Amino acid sequence: MDSVLIVGGSVLSSTGVVSADVLIVGDRIERIGEGIKDETARVIDASGSWVGPGFVDVHTHLREPGQEWKEDIATGSAAGAAGGYTALVAMPNTDPAIDSGHLARFITGRGEEAGLVQVIPAGTLTMGRRGEQLAHLDDLWAAGVHMFSDDGDTVADAGLLRRAMEYIAQLGGVVSEHAIDPGLARGGHMHEGTVSSRLGMTGIPAIAEVSIVARDLALVELTGVTYHLQHVSTRGAVELLAAAKDRGLPVTAEVTPHHLAFDHQAAAATDASYKMMPPLRESDDVVAVREALKSGTIDMVATDHGPHASHEKDVPFEHAPFGVTGLEWAAAVVNSVDGLGLDQETFFDRMSLSPAALLGLADQGAPLTEGAVANVVVFDPGATWTPTETLSKSRNAPYFGKEYTGRVTATLYRGALTYEMESGR
Amino acid sequence: MQHLLSTEQMGRSEAESLLDDADGFLEVLDRPIPKVPALRGRTVATLFFEPSTRTRMSFERAAKALSADTLSFSPSGSSVSKGESLKDTVLTVQAMGADLAVVRHKAVGAPWRVAEWAQMRVVNGGDGAHQHPTQALLDALTIRRSLGGLDGLRIGIIGDIRYSRVARSNCFLFPTLGADVTLIAPPTLLPVDTEGWPVRHSSDLDAEIGSLDVVYLLRVQTERGGASVFPSLSEYVRRYGLTQRRFGMLKDEAVVLHPGPMNRGVEVSDVVADDPRCLVLDQVANGVAVRMAVLFRLLGGTSG
Repeated sequence: MDSVLIVGGSVLSSTGVVSADVLIVGDRIERIGEGIKDETARVIDASGSWVGPGFVDVHTHLREPGQEWKEDIATGSAAGAAGGYTALVAMPNTDPAIDSGHLARFITGRGEEAGLVQVIPAGTLTMGRRGEQLAHLDDLWAAGVHMFSDDGDTVADAGLLRRAMEYIAQLGGVVSEHAIDPGLARGGHMHEGTVSSRLGMTGIPAIAEVSIVARDLALVELTGVTYHLQHVSTRGAVELLAAAKDRGLPVTAEVTPHHLAFDHQAAAATDASYKMMPPLRESDDVVAVREALKSGTIDMVATDHGPHASHEKDVPFEHAPFGVTGLEWAAAVVNSVDGLGLDQETFFDRMSLSPAALLGLADQGAPLTEGAVANVVVFDPGATWTPTETLSKSRNAPYFGKEYTGRVTATLYRGALTYEMESGR
Repeated sequence: MQHLLSTEQMGRSEAESLLDDADGFLEVLDRPIPKVPALRGRTVATLFFEPSTRTRMSFERAAKALSADTLSFSPSGSSVSKGESLKDTVLTVQAMGADLAVVRHKAVGAPWRVAEWAQMRVVNGGDGAHQHPTQALLDALTIRRSLGGLDGLRIGIIGDIRYSRVARSNCFLFPTLGADVTLIAPPTLLPVDTEGWPVRHSSDLDAEIGSLDVVYLLRVQTERGGASVFPSLSEYVRRYGLTQRRFGMLKDEAVVLHPGPMNRGVEVSDVVADDPRCLVLDQVANGVAVRMAVLFRLLGGTSG
């Protein structure tokens, strides 16, 4: 059997963070300890690096089926592996939308064919994501769907969302909400504030997010469903979230790398690499989401990896679709955020443990332990580098040409090396 | 100056030297043969992706008075209606030999994209509700020729400011030239956040009108992008229209400007529109001279 020996890293293990080698044989972690010798193993030098469970992303757009010119499950998986991920949730706003069991099984199967990460389908809340009637929630659940979302749109009809929540609560699933009021956001392309006003562009106000979060939290209190708030972008939403957690509601939240890294001034030059939904907000909002990620009010990082082809993005800002890619740089961006300074345990909690717990995944997002399936990442938190390339089909990221600190050097999925940084790249 | 995209960063001396040149070109336009050979052999393309007759005609008149050749593009019946991208259209026009493109587009920032993609000089002929710099220059020229200069003048810009590229261009140029600008509109037509703008704002025209030297009216519409933005035209006229009553409240020497086309009976009463202190036709004439100055600044002295 093939074996891999990760030497000299700082290992997040079930007994805490330890300096140790990790020997992986076949698909399992064989040993964690000091001075392991294995003449036949492929050796990965992890000195100065963090070794821990592979990252888990609860929010990606892999564009298959229906928009394979932007991305497909194989290329998205490769980008994920390069970013240190071993599990990705594929959001269901594909064409067709994932509103039925057989479609969810297709996603899982395509992920297994690619074999680079575990691809987990999310299902829609409503048929065709049209916000009119409930999707085939039971069939989706039976096909392995745990997270339900009409991502890309808020469920505008609160009565329909309530029924979806009641049904999903009974199943034990998670409702994941893209929280932006469609009326308040109508016609908007960037955050409503000084930048949009000066450009004469219609804005997407912060309250478009805050008002829906307030509504949803009231529905969570009513229905008891486990609720996950996507891509938090405003201080107002952070405050509502903190209050809901204080009251003991079953609520989690994610923040994206781009909302941690940039504010709306980045969009002032109308470069569509900075166009996404929700939009980049004020600097005070950026401070709020950073603090919330550090404190745990925001539980996890999710990329909202949203590939779009160059010909779709190299157009005037208002004509470009929303979304930026992020899988390959998320860990670097999070590690580079000014003043965040997450230690190894917190970093892995936000990147791996919390998202895996939300999804109820076995074999993912757990501190490394002997005998467990080897889903492992090696991350060098001190390495500086400047992204120039991508394994995604699309290049619509705001990170190219900027320097970041922290780099994934190797990823193993079920014991197999799915990414290894070539030296000098 | 390589491109003219915005008035936001334009300095006072640069603006004044363009206005000085425009004064000179007004003399040229007054000659029996109103034409000079300054841009002979150069080609100016007007790329208007949004319907416009007046601005296009003004640019074409300016180019021809400088002896430049013109290429004209409009989206209906063109490759754009067949789905060609903006980038491909622009590169195609450049390949035909255009030296300068005047770009009008409903998307904010489109002229900046064109300037990135192409090697041509670019003049922003109006992008969305963002900028329309030659309009601001012709307005400044009109005020300067009528009142002697902008220093210390009180200028009220009234109407649909939130959705107006004319207002956004004037908001920055007029203060650069020394004027004190007040934006006057109902709250739904004021920009959401004017932090950092060199202007004041008010929703009470009657309180402001007696102190104004220049009344700058904007065209209003009840609907913007399908959203209703004020209750009705009649209610607008009552609070913000330049009626004869309000015209009578103006200082004797105050003048009225409007970028056109006017809605007579809405933002301006019929009688006021025809008053000699309403300078709409001077603006149109001055527009040709200002655009000559801009084209000459961008293309004059460059090698053919």
